Amino acid sequence: MDLTKKIRDFINENLIVFDDDAEFTDSDNIFALGFVNSLFAMKLVSYVENNFNIKVANEDLRIENFNSVDNIAAFINSKTQL
Amino acid sequence: MTDYYNFKNIKCVIWDLDNTIWNGVLTEDISVSLKDGIAHIIKTLDSRGILNSVCSRNEYEDAVKKLKDFGIYEYFLYPQINWGNKSESVKRIAELLNISIDSILFIDDQQYELDEVKSIHPGINCLNASDYKLLPELPCVNPRFITEDSARRRQMYIDDDNRKKDEESYSGPKGKFLQSLNMQLCIKKAEEKDLRRLEELTIRTHQLNTTGRTYDYDELLGIINSDKYILLAAELNDIYGSYGKIGLVLLERKQQEIKIKLFILSCRVMNRGIGTIILNEIVKAAREASMGLSAEFVHTDRNKIMYVTLKFANFIEADTSDEEDIVILYNDLSVVNNNPPHINIITEKEWI
Repeated sequence: MDLTKKIRDFINENLIVFDDDAEFTDSDNIFALGFVNSLFAMKLVSYVENNFNIKVANEDLRIENFNSVDNIAAFINSKTQL
Repeated sequence: MTDYYNFKNIKCVIWDLDNTIWNGVLTEDISVSLKDGIAHIIKTLDSRGILNSVCSRNEYEDAVKKLKDFGIYEYFLYPQINWGNKSESVKRIAELLNISIDSILFIDDQQYELDEVKSIHPGINCLNASDYKLLPELPCVNPRFITEDSARRRQMYIDDDNRKKDEESYSGPKGKFLQSLNMQLCIKKAEEKDLRRLEELTIRTHQLNTTGRTYDYDELLGIINSDKYILLAAELNDIYGSYGKIGLVLLERKQQEIKIKLFILSCRVMNRGIGTIILNEIVKAAREASMGLSAEFVHTDRNKIMYVTLKFANFIEADTSDEEDIVILYNDLSVVNNNPPHINIITEKEWI
């Protein structure tokens, strides 16, 4: 399964949205779209760490790395190519 | 046995049944009798805000019926009555209550059971049932204050359980369910009557906690009487009832800057988006007052979730800090979010 699809599935499953038809593109800011709570944020970070075998350092914990499917994918790529 | 006096604060007591709560073994003798004074002990703990649960190898329905006959069934949250390992049952209770193992006291008459649970959960506190009469006097079940919230604690867990059940059976989007709760978040300057509960929050809360510093009543009283500090208390209510005072923010005023010295939220509201909302309200207030905003953070083994919450609320870590262990994060106030539609927020106009 390709990376963006995996990430999209995870977000679809875990993000709390207010509208059944809420759809988001890979570039949409998910923090603006649904509502992100502490538990989701923590799950998202753990998901990235555990499923892609990377360590999210404190300096990587920036909203720009996590606020859209594209940005999460780019972040994972930048970490795995090191 | 002297160990009992060194136990740390207990949030939940888990009781065995046979030869612990009652005399005899239910599967052998249906006419078991309650041990002397046991109902009183359970009710006393309950009134102090200490939860009670059950972990027993028995036939579920027979045991529940007995507890109901004795008039004490309602005092137990998530009773685990089955034929499995007790360590498993204890783990389930800890997960359902969302408390850590080291805040649990397990009582059983069988040394084997105490050892089995202890071998899997080394952090747990164990008490042999033969010593049960000592229990009410032990420091670990005597919190310094009995607050309005502690006396209602069992009820709050029951409310929460009802919410969870309804949430699971709700078929629409999660957000719609949250909207149906009609949540109301009230953020206000703390008053003297709130301080006991706020002290309790600093002691009991470890995950959503920026520094892990504890403050007692007298220190908090000094804080609310000082111009240097602003102490905020957050309360959450919904159609199921009140979550009580679930959050605390301690702000320090320093010339043109406000520093978040402490931010605590009860883990019961972890998935409600409250942390982000409160931080957003602080950002708004700082902007209106034309003040800078920063936050202190001390990493502990449990509070990463709070660090993530701050980072995702646009707090950025500074390169240097005056003190070791303390991390300083700055918020440049460039991002003010719209609050989510599911919570009605009530704040005082002028905080700062």
